[in-house]
Amino acid sequence: MPEPSSKGALGVIASLGHAVNEIAQRLGFVARFFAAILLYSGQSFRRIHLTIREMYFSGFQSLLIMLVSSLFIGMVLGLQGFETLQRFGSAEALGIMVALSLTRELGPVVAALLFASRAGSSITAEIGLMKATEQLMAMDMMAVNPIARVVAPKFWGGVLSMPLLASLFSAVGVFGGYLVGVVVIGVDEGAFWSQMQSSVDFRLDIWNGIIKSFVFGIAVSLIAVFEGYDSIPTAEGVSASIRRTVVNSALTILALDFVLTSFMFRGL
Amino acid sequence: MLFDDCLIRIDQLDFSYDDRAILKGVAMDIPRGKLVAIMGNSGCGKTTLLRLIGGQLRPARGALLLDGQSVPDMPHAQLYALRRRMGMLFQFGALFTDISVFDNVAYPIREHTRLSEEMIRDMVLMKLNAVGLRGAHALMPTELSGGMARRVALARAIALDPMLIMYDEPFTGLDPISMGVIGHLIRRLNDALGATTLLVTHDVQEAFGLVDYIYFMSGGEVVARGTPDEIRASTDPLVHQFVYGETDGPLHFHFPAPPFADELTREIADA
Repeated sequence: MPEPSSKGALGVIASLGHAVNEIAQRLGFVARFFAAILLYSGQSFRRIHLTIREMYFSGFQSLLIMLVSSLFIGMVLGLQGFETLQRFGSAEALGIMVALSLTRELGPVVAALLFASRAGSSITAEIGLMKATEQLMAMDMMAVNPIARVVAPKFWGGVLSMPLLASLFSAVGVFGGYLVGVVVIGVDEGAFWSQMQSSVDFRLDIWNGIIKSFVFGIAVSLIAVFEGYDSIPTAEGVSASIRRTVVNSALTILALDFVLTSFMFRGL
Repeated sequence: MLFDDCLIRIDQLDFSYDDRAILKGVAMDIPRGKLVAIMGNSGCGKTTLLRLIGGQLRPARGALLLDGQSVPDMPHAQLYALRRRMGMLFQFGALFTDISVFDNVAYPIREHTRLSEEMIRDMVLMKLNAVGLRGAHALMPTELSGGMARRVALARAIALDPMLIMYDEPFTGLDPISMGVIGHLIRRLNDALGATTLLVTHDVQEAFGLVDYIYFMSGGEVVARGTPDEIRASTDPLVHQFVYGETDGPLHFHFPAPPFADELTREIADA
């Protein structure tokens, strides 16, 4: 790769071009890697227990952190929502506020952020270390395709877990809001639930939230498996990959959330 | 042609990473049923050659025939079919750390056959017995010493009775006893399975007492070949330096550098 000359504006342009080039090249790698995963998914789906096992590791084992976080987030929503709504004399609308915030935004987004740091990082670490200790190469030499055997199940395990986790996140969050709003503060219970029931639309709110979490699941899982597979097989290389998984996942989730929200709720 | 019945024929093989030439016009015949060592200093392209034979890398030029089939031209499915008949032992074993010793050895059998668990159990215990670790079948790879891990990896490599077994530096970092055990196993398994063995190593003492034939590489080229006795008696200065472990010779002790006096005076001038 050409070393950009250190002098003047030309050097800045050169290094900018270099960086863009690098990013484009990496995106190309990711796309090819994604295509390979899809290509070999059939093979790994024939042995579905591999994917179920990964769902257990990345999905089920993330449950505790998800449930505890969502309970707290729901409780905070209950408190803050009540404070604000009370000023306008519409404290009964607390149920709508809590449910909509969670199903549309907080559920999918926060669940995906937590998933990236809890499960995404460990997927990257595991694949990266398997590469560093030549386990992937050994598998390949045994005529076992590492993408079909290791990468695709981890990818699909993440993709399938994400909507389930996000749904549970929203449900437990609503319960947290109920605990604070109704049980502690004393908002009318009937109003809380009935307003929620009448205002939350299944297709517009819940289904869109599930689609969001599914898209986030694809993004986070792809980033996690790619960074692991692409890591430099040394201690520093694997640690850099884990860092990239967490940082890139977070940025991708937030950027995708904006794009998806624009399409879903503003009809852009 | 050096041998009548060859499992591997390599001719005029070139390989380079980016612009750096790793192998230059390598020619080699590996006779069937024999134990052949590829020796040379670190970075001479030995491991690259193994990876070319395994089809993990593609040469830039040249022929590489394994059992009469050209490895570089093979489609993926055919290459995988061929690899089922190869066993490879990696430098540090490359055992799967999340499953037990037993499951590691059973791995290739489970992946490639539809045998019953009972039969797999018999096969695995037989392979583990051959490397003397039947008693360790329930352990996890992290509980094994370096020598034991390599023996387990060896059992895994021979799980499907391969026609070709390749070893990448199997002696690195082992104590003399483990080294002797591994060396003995390499010889015995080759003869018992009727396989052909390729041994990449730079361990002169261990390899010379073990192998049938030696290819000697340096700088990506084959510089000498022969039986251990022929290599030992070689007058080639490079081979002599290597076999007797001399610090200086055709391979210099110093990494290429400008004359030391110039460098010292330049530092003073810079200061």
